[in-house]
Amino acid sequence: MSADANNPVLDRSWSDPPGLIGWLSAINHKTISIRFMLTTMGFFAAGGVLAMIIRLQLARPENKLVGPDFYNQLFTMHGTTMMFLFAVPVMQAVATYLVPLMIGSRGIAFPRMNAFAYWIFLFGGLMLYIAFILDIGPDAGWFAYPPLAGPEYSPGKRMDFWAQLITYTELSGLLEAVILITTIFKMRTPGMTLNRMPLFVWTMLVTSFMVMFAMPSVMLASTALITDRLVGTHFYNPAEGGDVLLWQHLFWFFGHPEVYLIFIPPLGFMSSIIATFARRPIYGYPVMVLAVIATAFLAFSLWVHHMFATNVPELGKSFFTAASAMIAIPTAAQIFCWIATLWAGRLNFRTPMLFALSFFFILTIGGLTGIMLASVSLDLQVHDTFFVVAHLHYVLIGGAVFPLFGAFYYWFPKFTGRLMSERLGKWNFWLMFVGFNVAFFPMHIAGLRGMPRRVYTYPAEMGWNLLNLVSSIGAAILAVGILLFVINVLVSRRRGEVAGADPWGAGTLEWATASPPAPGNFAQPVVVASRFPLWSPGGVAGVVRGLADDRREVLVTSVLDAVPNHRAMMPESSIWPFVSAVAVTVLFVGSIFTPWAVVWGAVLATPPLIVWFWPKRKATQMNLEREVKP
Amino acid sequence: MNDTRIPSQDINVARLPTYVFGSHSMMWWGTMGLMLIEGTVFAITVVVYFYLRSHSQTWPVDPPPDLLWGSLNTLILLASMVPNQLAKRAAERERRQHARWWLLACLAFALAFLIVRVFEFSALNTRWDANAYGSVVWMLLALHTTHLITDTIDTAVLAVLMFTGPLEGKRFVDVSENAMYWYFVVGSWLPIYAVIYWGARL
Amino acid sequence: MTVRALASLLLLAASSALAAVPAQNALEPHGVQALAIHDLWRLTLLVCTLVFAAVLAAFLYAIWRAPRSKERTAPDVAVLDQPEPKLRRPVVIGVAVSAVLLVVLIVADFVTERRLAHLPLKDAVRIEVTGHLWWWGVRYLDDEPSRMFSTANEIHVPAGKPVILKLNSADVIHSFWAPSLHGKKDLIPGRTALLHFRTDKPGVYRGQCAEFCGFEHALMAFTVVADPPEQYEAWAARQRQPAPAPVTDLQKQGLAVFMRSTCAMCHAIAGTEAGARLGPDLTHLASRSMIASGTLPNTRQYLAAWILDPQRFKKGANMPPTPLSAQDLNALMAYLETLK
Repeated sequence: MSADANNPVLDRSWSDPPGLIGWLSAINHKTISIRFMLTTMGFFAAGGVLAMIIRLQLARPENKLVGPDFYNQLFTMHGTTMMFLFAVPVMQAVATYLVPLMIGSRGIAFPRMNAFAYWIFLFGGLMLYIAFILDIGPDAGWFAYPPLAGPEYSPGKRMDFWAQLITYTELSGLLEAVILITTIFKMRTPGMTLNRMPLFVWTMLVTSFMVMFAMPSVMLASTALITDRLVGTHFYNPAEGGDVLLWQHLFWFFGHPEVYLIFIPPLGFMSSIIATFARRPIYGYPVMVLAVIATAFLAFSLWVHHMFATNVPELGKSFFTAASAMIAIPTAAQIFCWIATLWAGRLNFRTPMLFALSFFFILTIGGLTGIMLASVSLDLQVHDTFFVVAHLHYVLIGGAVFPLFGAFYYWFPKFTGRLMSERLGKWNFWLMFVGFNVAFFPMHIAGLRGMPRRVYTYPAEMGWNLLNLVSSIGAAILAVGILLFVINVLVSRRRGEVAGADPWGAGTLEWATASPPAPGNFAQPVVVASRFPLWSPGGVAGVVRGLADDRREVLVTSVLDAVPNHRAMMPESSIWPFVSAVAVTVLFVGSIFTPWAVVWGAVLATPPLIVWFWPKRKATQMNLEREVKP
Repeated sequence: MNDTRIPSQDINVARLPTYVFGSHSMMWWGTMGLMLIEGTVFAITVVVYFYLRSHSQTWPVDPPPDLLWGSLNTLILLASMVPNQLAKRAAERERRQHARWWLLACLAFALAFLIVRVFEFSALNTRWDANAYGSVVWMLLALHTTHLITDTIDTAVLAVLMFTGPLEGKRFVDVSENAMYWYFVVGSWLPIYAVIYWGARL
Repeated sequence: MTVRALASLLLLAASSALAAVPAQNALEPHGVQALAIHDLWRLTLLVCTLVFAAVLAAFLYAIWRAPRSKERTAPDVAVLDQPEPKLRRPVVIGVAVSAVLLVVLIVADFVTERRLAHLPLKDAVRIEVTGHLWWWGVRYLDDEPSRMFSTANEIHVPAGKPVILKLNSADVIHSFWAPSLHGKKDLIPGRTALLHFRTDKPGVYRGQCAEFCGFEHALMAFTVVADPPEQYEAWAARQRQPAPAPVTDLQKQGLAVFMRSTCAMCHAIAGTEAGARLGPDLTHLASRSMIASGTLPNTRQYLAAWILDPQRFKKGANMPPTPLSAQDLNALMAYLETLK
């Protein structure tokens, strides 16, 4: 099978131009994805540094390392960075690299919009950090509850930067969701019916739908906050008919699905890694798919569990207790299916597998403390304490970050052509695993013993000293582990063992390409007849002929059964997504300072968007020469 | 898992069309995605309206909006669906001349409803900064107006393109999908109109 | 970090266990509701620990007994066509058992909810608690208006009698949480929330604001003192009295300092002309054990230092520094000490 054979004509067609202008005009999905992954991991590191300072401050009672004003900025920036600039975007970034490869496509849908989404994301994150460095960064929490975050109690621009960051990151996320759904539904290679799609592709499909329903809620909420702060609206002002809890409903209607946006893609990582390192398909494919879909639906019915301490009606709270507990069932089903797969498999304990296996320890604990939090009675004690800090880190780090690191170890050879060091990998893993548990387990106890969240210090006589010291030591160990990961990446880029197309002996289509893949991914797209085309005999049933090599031509297929439908011409590289993103940034940042920026910013942003769309004569000519009418 | 429905042989796609209309086109999916997102925004804003209403003793706090301009605009928007549908049909039949003129007709309607929209704002009888009722009514109207503006700009760009070129089959798909977006802008107006103008009178 | 510093840290950590402090601990329940919640906690912890142990055991056993493989080991792809009943059974059982246990926990929660809500409220003491930026305003309500009185940061209740708290906020969202007594309730501007509790044991309990409220959220604590009923009545009767008139010259001077400095602009003392309600009511300041909302002990030394520069202890607090000469300060302290 010649899927990774050399095809210089194809390579030239799908390459981005060289030079600085070329770099700004790049739209190849892999190029954008690498930038996106590096940027999100940069934000992860920044968020981690902020966390280390927090832990240094809390290591001792009544510590004077940082004062309350800076501390409040620290945890606001830490939460905002991790939730908006790392956890969801990194999943979308990894997906935009892998999904086209896994479905056998030469490209992604709407590649210029994909580039635009990256630039918007980058500029938003830069805006936030520039504000932070200039000491005008946000300080009212990543969740920004009014009235504290409103005009009266957060004067100045700090929370305006926060609210506008939401606009940026949610715009980026929404565009990526549209891109992924269109790619997954319309660009699968022939033969890849929906039930032959890799489980990771299913998780990205479901996540993308969730994004489209959840993110609008926070965009509306943050827009209303900006207008309350800048032009005097009263959405959250009880004195004029507004309601403080309106914010909480809107924010958490987004916020709860948000954590599932973070959690569901790694479920896909788990399935990919476990299948390969257990040498067999995941048991229970239909259950796995239905479980993810059920989780997605249920995720939208939980949000009030973040508001149990408010005076929303008690009967309503009981509904949310039941729903919050019930969502454990589809996750439990998935965990049991994976354990069954491990049971019936033959196991290879390479570093990606170690990271995946740690999920069963860490996420299970996090899920169980989640069930504790689902109970209104228990929640009223541990809400807003370090117990919740422990819970959220157990589910997000255990459920998302560890599988993500496993994913990086697993797919690094595909991205770069070289394997990461196993030795460093094992050190990396164990330091992270031990450091994480030492850091976060004591927090459960601290919370139960009365330590609230978001406190810059605590009295020495409360009995929390040892717990906090141990947490801080654990955090340092975790940090060293993460540092080892960075070192492993840097060292392996140059000196890692050369990987070849399929170093792990895996079964899905991304491993049929070269490592790294050629610009056009597949020299010859294939027709598949199995969920694991590289494993099943006859899994690749044939090749697709007739797709042009000298143009960026892709095959568009039907939604359910991937029957070929038409050929679409993908656009040439273009600088207009970048320029438009700059113009939109001027609009967004300007409107923090004056509402008129909405007007002249829109005027500024419209021309580049039009030029972006406007067809080029030469390209149109060439398309017309080959046009086949429907 | 061998599925014998798919033949175990090569496929040649060289004679497949290079563009299609309707739900097989990627542009359709992109437009649908946008409509789903914006529809969700509208739906949530309407929920906010009723939420704030449920928390207040008197609603609306100010006199309800005058019915004239809003109802007039509703009629204009509904009427605009005619040139819109005809532009869509012309595009799907790849009739460049007809598409041109129907798009211009759409633009004429767009100009009309944008002008009337300005009057609608002044006839709301409340300010965005007066109270929460004013804030949510202005937000609803402003959100919809944003879509009117972007739809107008899209339609104008396509209209110019139909005159100047360069044109290929895919451009007619763009015109067809733009018509679908226009339907969304009109369709989403109806519940918003109901909420702003009649919700205040319930 | 030197070995010595580390050792002193550990000593400090260990010594914290020895110092006695009012209970602020969900695992040390004293109030009736906290006890009910603690029962649910123990059941839930037991069930969750058993589930975790079972899942972990299954997982560890699975990875221990499975044969090993390498990258080139042939994958077992025949299973794509087969139903695998041996795997189906345990998965189905696992999901079914999980569902049943979840229902048990949900029911246990509903039962606890009812226990918490069904507190007999006859002869309850009614107290209005208002959250402020970084202190707690407390007003004891009564059907007879002349028997109402205000205090701050320290709440006394009769042991064995129910207490109804009416919770408001004057500014941002706060949360009232005394874990040894009950779960928390948010104080939300524009809404009034209610919290009922009862403790049958006399004792002192500590609480803290549990909703991030800005700068000094960390230093917004309060105390709940449960007295035997007669002691409570005596305390309340004293609190209803206005402040005694100053007797000695020094005390009179102190009152004058109070009235002419910025103090009277924010603080009320019943029985004097100071009636502002921007800061805590000071009528019976000397009867409280802590100042600055549970931040500092109420001793002459700390009180004087606090008055001179609150920003030193609670940066960002809304109380400005009050530069006073040593003589004025001495007089002021003499007066404040009479406010028992």
